[in-house]
Amino acid sequence: MKDFIEGVKDSTPISIGYFSVSFTFGIMAAGYGISPLIAGAISLCNVTSAGQFAGLTLFAAGAPYLELFLTQLIINLRYALMSLTLTQNLSKKVNTFQRLIMSYGITDEIFAVAVTKEKPITLSYMLGLEWVPIFCWTGGTILGAVANNLLPPSVQSALGIALYGMFVAIVLPVAKEKKSVLFVSVIALVCSCIFYYMPGLNKISSGFAIIISTVLAAGLGAVFFADEDEEDET
Amino acid sequence: MIYIYILIMAVTTYLIRMLPLTLFQKEIQNKYVKRFLGYVPYACLTAMTVPAIFYATKSPVSAAAGFATALALGYKKQSLPVVALFACITVFVVEKIMGF
Repeated sequence: MKDFIEGVKDSTPISIGYFSVSFTFGIMAAGYGISPLIAGAISLCNVTSAGQFAGLTLFAAGAPYLELFLTQLIINLRYALMSLTLTQNLSKKVNTFQRLIMSYGITDEIFAVAVTKEKPITLSYMLGLEWVPIFCWTGGTILGAVANNLLPPSVQSALGIALYGMFVAIVLPVAKEKKSVLFVSVIALVCSCIFYYMPGLNKISSGFAIIISTVLAAGLGAVFFADEDEEDET
Repeated sequence: MIYIYILIMAVTTYLIRMLPLTLFQKEIQNKYVKRFLGYVPYACLTAMTVPAIFYATKSPVSAAAGFATALALGYKKQSLPVVALFACITVFVVEKIMGF
Protein backbone atom coordinates (compact mmCIF):
# COMPACT_ATOMS: atom_id res chain seq x y z
CA MET A 1 0.00 0.00 0.00
CA LYS A 2 2.90 2.33 0.80
CA ASP A 3 4.35 1.58 -2.64
CA PHE A 4 0.99 2.26 -4.28
CA ILE A 5 0.68 5.72 -2.67
CA GLU A 6 4.27 6.53 -3.57
CA GLY A 7 3.49 5.59 -7.17
CA VAL A 8 0.44 7.86 -7.21
CA LYS A 9 2.54 10.76 -5.88
CA ASP A 10 5.27 10.18 -8.46
CA SER A 11 2.70 10.19 -11.25
CA THR A 12 1.44 13.76 -10.68
CA PRO A 13 3.43 15.54 -13.41
CA ILE A 14 2.59 12.72 -15.84
CA SER A 15 -1.13 13.12 -15.17
CA ILE A 16 -1.05 16.87 -15.82
CA GLY A 17 0.81 16.40 -19.10
CA TYR A 18 -1.41 13.51 -20.21
CA PHE A 19 -4.57 15.47 -19.63
CA SER A 20 -3.52 18.24 -21.97
CA VAL A 21 -2.13 15.97 -24.70
CA SER A 22 -5.16 13.65 -24.66
CA PHE A 23 -7.43 16.68 -24.75
CA THR A 24 -5.90 17.55 -28.11
CA PHE A 25 -6.34 13.95 -29.23
CA GLY A 26 -10.04 14.13 -28.27
CA ILE A 27 -10.50 17.30 -30.30
CA MET A 28 -8.81 15.67 -33.29
CA ALA A 29 -10.91 12.50 -32.98
CA ALA A 30 -14.11 14.55 -32.83
CA GLY A 31 -12.92 16.30 -35.98
CA TYR A 32 -12.87 12.92 -37.74
CA GLY A 33 -16.44 12.24 -36.59
CA ILE A 34 -15.54 9.76 -33.86
CA SER A 35 -17.86 9.83 -30.82
CA PRO A 36 -16.43 10.86 -27.42
CA LEU A 37 -16.88 7.36 -25.96
CA ILE A 38 -15.13 5.62 -28.86
CA ALA A 39 -12.33 8.21 -28.66
CA GLY A 40 -12.07 7.46 -24.94
CA ALA A 41 -11.99 3.72 -25.71
CA ILE A 42 -9.07 4.25 -28.11
CA SER A 43 -7.13 6.05 -25.36
CA LEU A 44 -8.00 3.47 -22.70
CA CYS A 45 -6.96 0.52 -24.90
CA ASN A 46 -3.73 2.03 -26.23
CA VAL A 47 -2.32 4.62 -23.81
CA THR A 48 0.21 5.85 -26.35
CA SER A 49 0.29 9.35 -27.81
CA ALA A 50 2.17 9.10 -31.11
CA GLY A 51 0.66 5.69 -31.96
CA GLN A 52 -2.88 6.93 -31.42
CA PHE A 53 -2.43 10.10 -33.45
CA ALA A 54 -0.99 8.03 -36.30
CA GLY A 55 -3.77 5.45 -35.96
CA LEU A 56 -6.40 8.15 -36.19
CA THR A 57 -4.85 9.59 -39.34
CA LEU A 58 -4.75 6.10 -40.91
CA PHE A 59 -8.37 5.45 -39.93
CA ALA A 60 -9.41 8.73 -41.55
CA ALA A 61 -7.52 7.75 -44.71
CA GLY A 62 -9.13 4.27 -44.71
CA ALA A 63 -5.70 2.62 -44.69
CA PRO A 64 -5.45 -1.20 -44.86
CA TYR A 65 -5.07 -3.15 -41.60
CA LEU A 66 -1.55 -4.28 -42.44
CA GLU A 67 -0.39 -0.68 -42.75
CA LEU A 68 -2.00 0.11 -39.40
CA PHE A 69 -0.23 -2.84 -37.80
CA LEU A 70 3.18 -1.91 -39.25
CA THR A 71 2.83 1.74 -38.27
CA GLN A 72 1.97 0.82 -34.69
CA LEU A 73 4.86 -1.63 -34.60
CA ILE A 74 7.41 0.94 -35.79
CA ILE A 75 6.18 3.87 -33.71
CA ASN A 76 5.78 1.80 -30.54
CA LEU A 77 8.76 -0.54 -30.79
CA ARG A 78 10.60 1.73 -28.35
CA TYR A 79 8.34 0.29 -25.63
CA ALA A 80 10.03 -3.10 -26.17
CA LEU A 81 13.38 -1.53 -25.35
CA MET A 82 11.85 0.14 -22.30
CA SER A 83 10.21 -3.08 -21.09
CA LEU A 84 13.49 -4.93 -21.51
CA THR A 85 15.28 -2.26 -19.47
CA LEU A 86 12.59 -2.37 -16.79
CA THR A 87 13.04 -6.15 -16.29
CA GLN A 88 16.37 -5.35 -14.64
CA ASN A 89 14.75 -3.01 -12.11
CA LEU A 90 11.81 -5.18 -11.03
CA SER A 91 11.61 -6.62 -7.54
CA LYS A 92 12.37 -10.38 -7.45
CA LYS A 93 8.85 -10.98 -6.15
CA VAL A 94 7.17 -9.79 -9.37
CA ASN A 95 5.80 -12.91 -11.11
CA THR A 96 4.68 -13.48 -14.69
CA PHE A 97 1.02 -12.71 -14.01
CA GLN A 98 1.97 -9.38 -12.41
CA ARG A 99 4.16 -8.60 -15.41
CA LEU A 100 1.18 -9.19 -17.71
CA ILE A 101 -0.78 -6.57 -15.77
CA MET A 102 1.85 -3.87 -15.33
CA SER A 103 3.08 -4.03 -18.93
CA TYR A 104 -0.23 -2.58 -20.19
CA GLY A 105 0.61 0.84 -18.77
CA ILE A 106 4.25 1.22 -19.81
CA THR A 107 4.59 4.55 -21.60
CA ASP A 108 7.55 6.87 -22.19
CA GLU A 109 6.75 8.85 -19.06
CA ILE A 110 5.77 5.95 -16.76
CA PHE A 111 8.96 4.16 -17.81
CA ALA A 112 11.04 7.27 -17.17
CA VAL A 113 9.80 7.64 -13.62
CA ALA A 114 9.86 3.90 -12.81
CA VAL A 115 13.34 3.18 -14.16
CA THR A 116 15.00 6.06 -12.31
CA LYS A 117 13.50 4.90 -8.99
CA GLU A 118 16.30 3.85 -6.65
CA LYS A 119 14.64 0.77 -5.17
CA PRO A 120 13.27 -2.38 -6.89
CA ILE A 121 9.90 -1.89 -8.54
CA THR A 122 6.85 -3.74 -7.20
CA LEU A 123 3.44 -4.33 -8.79
CA SER A 124 1.70 -1.99 -6.33
CA TYR A 125 4.15 0.81 -7.12
CA MET A 126 3.54 0.37 -10.87
CA LEU A 127 -0.24 0.27 -10.39
CA GLY A 128 -0.07 3.47 -8.34
CA LEU A 129 2.10 5.08 -10.97
CA GLU A 130 -0.07 3.95 -13.88
CA TRP A 131 -3.70 4.38 -12.90
CA VAL A 132 -4.06 8.16 -12.45
CA PRO A 133 -2.23 9.01 -15.70
CA ILE A 134 -4.33 6.42 -17.60
CA PHE A 135 -7.47 7.84 -16.02
CA CYS A 136 -6.42 11.39 -17.02
CA TRP A 137 -5.41 10.20 -20.49
CA THR A 138 -8.84 8.63 -21.07
CA GLY A 139 -10.81 11.38 -19.34
CA GLY A 140 -8.93 14.12 -21.17
CA THR A 141 -9.73 12.44 -24.49
CA ILE A 142 -13.45 12.24 -23.75
CA LEU A 143 -13.59 15.84 -22.50
CA GLY A 144 -11.63 17.04 -25.51
CA ALA A 145 -14.04 15.29 -27.85
CA VAL A 146 -17.11 16.62 -25.99
CA ALA A 147 -16.13 20.25 -25.46
CA ASN A 148 -13.69 21.45 -28.05
CA ASN A 149 -12.89 24.69 -26.28
CA LEU A 150 -12.86 23.83 -22.59
CA LEU A 151 -9.29 25.01 -22.11
CA PRO A 152 -8.23 28.33 -23.65
CA PRO A 153 -5.63 27.80 -26.42
CA SER A 154 -3.00 29.71 -24.39
CA VAL A 155 -3.31 27.22 -21.54
CA GLN A 156 -3.28 24.24 -23.93
CA SER A 157 -0.09 25.55 -25.50
CA ALA A 158 1.57 26.07 -22.11
CA LEU A 159 0.64 22.55 -20.97
CA GLY A 160 2.24 21.15 -24.11
CA ILE A 161 5.67 21.52 -22.56
CA ALA A 162 4.84 19.82 -19.23
CA LEU A 163 6.05 16.32 -20.15
CA TYR A 164 9.28 17.58 -21.67
CA GLY A 165 9.95 19.66 -18.57
CA MET A 166 9.62 16.45 -16.60
CA PHE A 167 12.10 14.65 -18.86
CA VAL A 168 14.64 17.43 -18.33
CA ALA A 169 14.17 17.14 -14.57
CA ILE A 170 14.91 13.40 -14.78
CA VAL A 171 17.99 13.52 -17.01
CA LEU A 172 19.81 16.70 -15.99
CA PRO A 173 20.55 16.01 -12.29
CA VAL A 174 22.06 12.61 -13.21
CA ALA A 175 24.00 13.99 -16.19
CA LYS A 176 25.44 16.64 -13.87
CA GLU A 177 26.79 13.98 -11.49
CA LYS A 178 27.95 11.32 -13.95
CA LYS A 179 30.18 11.99 -16.93
CA SER A 180 28.99 8.81 -18.64
CA VAL A 181 25.33 9.88 -18.54
CA LEU A 182 26.26 13.36 -19.78
CA PHE A 183 28.15 11.73 -22.67
CA VAL A 184 25.22 9.44 -23.53
CA SER A 185 22.72 12.32 -23.38
CA VAL A 186 24.79 14.55 -25.64
CA ILE A 187 25.18 11.77 -28.23
CA ALA A 188 21.43 11.08 -28.11
CA LEU A 189 20.69 14.79 -28.52
CA VAL A 190 22.97 15.11 -31.55
CA CYS A 191 21.58 11.94 -33.20
CA SER A 192 18.00 12.99 -32.60
CA CYS A 193 18.60 16.44 -34.12
CA ILE A 194 20.31 14.89 -37.14
CA PHE A 195 17.26 12.65 -37.69
CA TYR A 196 14.96 15.62 -37.37
CA TYR A 197 16.73 18.18 -39.56
CA MET A 198 18.89 16.26 -42.06
CA PRO A 199 17.18 16.03 -45.47
CA GLY A 200 16.53 12.38 -46.33
CA LEU A 201 17.00 11.16 -42.76
CA ASN A 202 14.05 13.25 -41.62
CA LYS A 203 11.74 10.93 -43.57
CA ILE A 204 12.35 8.26 -40.92
CA SER A 205 9.43 8.03 -38.48
CA SER A 206 9.94 9.68 -35.09
CA GLY A 207 9.54 6.32 -33.36
CA PHE A 208 12.38 4.78 -35.34
CA ALA A 209 14.55 7.89 -34.95
CA ILE A 210 14.19 7.58 -31.17
CA ILE A 211 15.10 3.88 -31.23
CA ILE A 212 18.19 4.41 -33.40
CA SER A 213 19.37 7.43 -31.37
CA THR A 214 18.84 5.54 -28.11
CA VAL A 215 20.66 2.40 -29.23
CA LEU A 216 23.58 4.39 -30.65
CA ALA A 217 24.01 6.63 -27.63
CA ALA A 218 23.54 3.92 -24.98
CA GLY A 219 25.73 1.55 -27.01
CA LEU A 220 28.60 4.04 -27.30
CA GLY A 221 28.25 4.78 -23.60
CA ALA A 222 28.43 1.09 -22.74
CA VAL A 223 31.63 0.67 -24.78
CA PHE A 224 33.41 3.80 -23.54
CA PHE A 225 32.45 3.57 -19.88
CA ALA A 226 32.40 -0.21 -19.50
CA ASP A 227 35.13 -0.29 -16.86
CA GLU A 228 33.64 2.29 -14.53
CA ASP A 229 32.63 1.24 -11.05
CA GLU A 230 29.22 -0.52 -11.01
CA GLU A 231 28.04 1.37 -7.94
CA ASP A 232 28.72 4.66 -9.61
CA GLU A 233 26.43 3.84 -12.48
CA THR A 234 23.39 2.02 -11.16
CA MET B 1 -14.81 -0.94 -38.84
CA ILE B 2 -13.40 1.48 -36.23
CA TYR B 3 -13.56 -1.40 -33.72
CA ILE B 4 -11.21 -3.53 -35.82
CA TYR B 5 -8.81 -0.59 -36.03
CA ILE B 6 -8.89 -0.16 -32.26
CA LEU B 7 -8.38 -3.89 -31.73
CA ILE B 8 -5.35 -4.09 -34.04
CA MET B 9 -3.79 -1.00 -32.45
CA ALA B 10 -4.42 -2.18 -28.89
CA VAL B 11 -3.19 -5.77 -29.39
CA THR B 12 -0.05 -4.70 -31.27
CA THR B 13 0.86 -2.08 -28.68
CA TYR B 14 0.19 -4.42 -25.75
CA LEU B 15 2.31 -7.24 -27.19
CA ILE B 16 5.25 -4.87 -27.75
CA ARG B 17 5.12 -3.90 -24.08
CA MET B 18 4.28 -7.29 -22.63
CA LEU B 19 6.59 -9.75 -24.44
CA PRO B 20 9.98 -8.36 -23.32
CA LEU B 21 8.74 -7.88 -19.76
CA THR B 22 7.54 -11.48 -19.39
CA LEU B 23 10.15 -13.27 -21.51
CA PHE B 24 13.22 -11.81 -19.80
CA GLN B 25 13.00 -12.64 -16.12
CA LYS B 26 16.63 -13.24 -15.24
CA GLU B 27 19.19 -10.69 -14.21
CA ILE B 28 21.53 -9.97 -17.12
CA GLN B 29 25.18 -10.74 -16.29
CA ASN B 30 27.09 -9.30 -19.26
CA LYS B 31 28.54 -5.97 -18.13
CA TYR B 32 28.18 -4.32 -21.55
CA VAL B 33 24.50 -5.22 -21.82
CA LYS B 34 23.91 -4.12 -18.22
CA ARG B 35 25.62 -0.83 -18.87
CA PHE B 36 23.71 -0.39 -22.13
CA LEU B 37 20.34 -0.92 -20.45
CA GLY B 38 21.36 1.45 -17.66
CA TYR B 39 21.96 4.21 -20.22
CA VAL B 40 18.79 3.57 -22.24
CA PRO B 41 16.51 5.82 -20.12
CA TYR B 42 18.77 8.87 -20.40
CA ALA B 43 19.46 8.35 -24.10
CA CYS B 44 15.80 7.73 -24.84
CA LEU B 45 14.45 10.70 -22.84
CA THR B 46 17.00 13.07 -24.35
CA ALA B 47 16.21 11.89 -27.88
CA MET B 48 12.49 12.35 -27.22
CA THR B 49 12.96 15.85 -25.74
CA VAL B 50 15.28 17.48 -28.27
CA PRO B 51 14.30 18.81 -30.75
CA ALA B 52 10.61 17.87 -30.19
CA ILE B 53 10.31 20.28 -27.23
CA PHE B 54 10.73 23.27 -29.55
CA TYR B 55 7.55 22.30 -31.41
CA ALA B 56 5.43 21.41 -28.36
CA THR B 57 3.97 24.90 -27.93
CA LYS B 58 2.66 27.62 -30.24
CA SER B 59 6.08 29.06 -30.93
CA PRO B 60 9.69 27.79 -30.72
CA VAL B 61 10.51 31.01 -28.84
CA SER B 62 8.13 30.32 -25.96
CA ALA B 63 9.20 26.66 -26.03
CA ALA B 64 12.87 27.66 -25.80
CA ALA B 65 12.06 29.88 -22.81
CA GLY B 66 10.22 26.98 -21.14
CA PHE B 67 13.11 24.67 -21.95
CA ALA B 68 15.60 27.12 -20.40
CA THR B 69 13.48 27.30 -17.25
CA ALA B 70 13.36 23.49 -17.06
CA LEU B 71 17.15 23.28 -17.54
CA ALA B 72 17.81 25.85 -14.81
CA LEU B 73 15.45 24.21 -12.30
CA GLY B 74 16.55 20.69 -13.27
CA TYR B 75 20.16 21.69 -12.72
CA LYS B 76 19.18 22.79 -9.21
CA LYS B 77 17.57 19.35 -8.70
CA GLN B 78 14.04 20.60 -8.23
CA SER B 79 11.30 17.93 -8.14
CA LEU B 80 9.54 16.79 -11.34
CA PRO B 81 6.18 18.55 -10.75
CA VAL B 82 7.95 21.82 -9.88
CA VAL B 83 10.08 21.76 -13.03
CA ALA B 84 7.09 20.82 -15.22
CA LEU B 85 4.86 23.50 -13.69
CA PHE B 86 7.37 26.34 -14.00
CA ALA B 87 8.16 25.37 -17.58
CA CYS B 88 4.42 25.68 -18.33
CA ILE B 89 4.15 29.02 -16.54
CA THR B 90 7.14 30.36 -18.48
CA VAL B 91 5.56 29.36 -21.80
CA PHE B 92 2.28 30.95 -20.77
CA VAL B 93 3.91 34.24 -19.72
CA VAL B 94 6.20 34.46 -22.75
CA GLU B 95 3.27 33.82 -25.13
CA LYS B 96 1.24 36.56 -23.37
CA ILE B 97 4.16 38.99 -23.80
CA MET B 98 4.53 37.99 -27.45
CA GLY B 99 0.82 38.69 -27.88
CA PHE B 100 -0.52 35.26 -28.86
